[in-house]
Amino acid sequence: MMFKKHINTVLYHVVAILLGVMAIVPFLWMLSTSLKSSGALLVIPIEWIPKEPTFFAYKRLFALTGIVRSIGNSLVVSTGAVVVGLLSSSMAAFAFSKIRFKGSGFLFMMFIASMMLPSHVIFIPLYLIMNDLHLVDTLFALILPYSFKAFAVFMLRQQMMGIPDAYLDAAAIDGASLYRSFFTIFLPLCKTALATLAIILAMDAWNDYLMPLVLMTSTKNYTLPIILNALSGQFKTSYDLLMAGALISVIPLLIIYIAAQRYFASGLQVGGVKG
Amino acid sequence: MSIQGRRGLRVALPFLLPSLLGAALFAILPIIISLLLSITSWTGMSKVKITDGFLRFVAEHSVGWDNFAAILSDQEFWRALSHNLYFIVLYLPLMLLFSLTCALIINAPKRGTGIYRVVYYLPVLTSWVAGSLIWKWLLSPVYGPINNFLSFFGIEGPLWLQSEVWAMPSIVIASIWKDMGFYAMVILGGLKSINIEYYEAARIDGASPLQMFQRITLPLLSSVLFYVTMLSMINAFQLFPQVMVMTKEGNAGPNGATMVMVERIYKYAFRYGKMGYAAAYSWILFVIIMAFTYIQKRGEKRWVNYDV
Repeated sequence: MMFKKHINTVLYHVVAILLGVMAIVPFLWMLSTSLKSSGALLVIPIEWIPKEPTFFAYKRLFALTGIVRSIGNSLVVSTGAVVVGLLSSSMAAFAFSKIRFKGSGFLFMMFIASMMLPSHVIFIPLYLIMNDLHLVDTLFALILPYSFKAFAVFMLRQQMMGIPDAYLDAAAIDGASLYRSFFTIFLPLCKTALATLAIILAMDAWNDYLMPLVLMTSTKNYTLPIILNALSGQFKTSYDLLMAGALISVIPLLIIYIAAQRYFASGLQVGGVKG
Repeated sequence: MSIQGRRGLRVALPFLLPSLLGAALFAILPIIISLLLSITSWTGMSKVKITDGFLRFVAEHSVGWDNFAAILSDQEFWRALSHNLYFIVLYLPLMLLFSLTCALIINAPKRGTGIYRVVYYLPVLTSWVAGSLIWKWLLSPVYGPINNFLSFFGIEGPLWLQSEVWAMPSIVIASIWKDMGFYAMVILGGLKSINIEYYEAARIDGASPLQMFQRITLPLLSSVLFYVTMLSMINAFQLFPQVMVMTKEGNAGPNGATMVMVERIYKYAFRYGKMGYAAAYSWILFVIIMAFTYIQKRGEKRWVNYDV
């Protein structure tokens, strides 16, 4: 019996560690490659750890036109997506949870149903609409669609349903307008849900591929994934350079992830369907 | 009295406005435009304005069901669809196995599972572009670490992405790596909701861990596993960035081995300028996804246990 228990424990750790290795080795290989000189890439047997680590790939990467700018673009788009997404979704969630109006239930169902709509149907007409709005090849085209995120409305509505109406009544007696109550009472009370959503939206915007690929036509407006994609066509085998770029695109998310662990545990599964 | 102040559409509208505007512009209008485009021969060459004579344009360029008929009678469409299905057949069982294992590991009543939780989730954070580039390099036939590792055991690794046979399995491997942590978290949510008392009762009755897994965990997890299967299948039909980045060379992989549906839609629209054709294509894919979801939903009763 004891012996069997030991076997189970050993088996558990072997499988757990194997899966961990599988998850993490690609990152280590990325890091290792980014610190190699381009000559060290093509050596057999391969250097698992670079013999003469160098930051040359990073220097070369940042010297390329568009890289620094694309990082800025990605930051602007992610920030914009978070601000627009949170504001618009929390306002709608407030209306759905705390204001009674005709058709509220139906409208909410329509919001939920829209989550079924896959992005592959949207991207061609979206290009046309953005073109008509003169927004193609501007960062606004990537930010504005975040004004409608059904899953965010859904999540925040759940949250706000749990806040008693008494808060609003008390505020109304003190003469606060509905807007004021919304901003000073409701938003602070939804802090955790807002933080979780902020992370989801920022991650979405930072990593998105299809929309910026379609909507950004000049290099100066590329986001980080799109310029990496372009570089991989231009420098096919300069993996030191490409891995340095990949690493830079991953680092901010790793930092956010580790800093905001508890938010990840709570609500990351809501935005299940991609796009 | 205060309730009165929170009643009526007039009060709600200002709060709803940003979302409604967003929904109208970026969800409802696109659906309508896409449906209309799908019956036109628009090539993207002639300028089209939605705000100016769009309906007239549609009427003038209408080809009826021709796009749909042309797509369905094109060998290439069936090939792309078969590649999507091939991907799903390889990906789905592996993904379920790996993500379930990850979830069970994180959920085990042991110390130090927090680290596994973090590590398994790392690939999910990565963008598909970065992830694809990493895997392209990992799978590089001569200088890549995977084939070098294999040769250490005297195995000559395949050409991976450059081989017609191995290109799709390569995409599958990278996709498992990327998605396993995500679905593990979904499954973990299901595991956490199973009442511990079931296990305690089973232990008293002398059940082995394997028996408990088969008789308690799996049945009580079946609804979550069903949800994961459905979600991952919907996503798998829309397989796109990894194919675009990992098999950039040539026309979607060696001899089109990784040609898949969304990749076709994107290329028809923005490389070959066949906008109407691409719109029709996207609706065909939509119907296929709906059909598969429906079939799965019908099969739900047979293997999902809701007697919790």
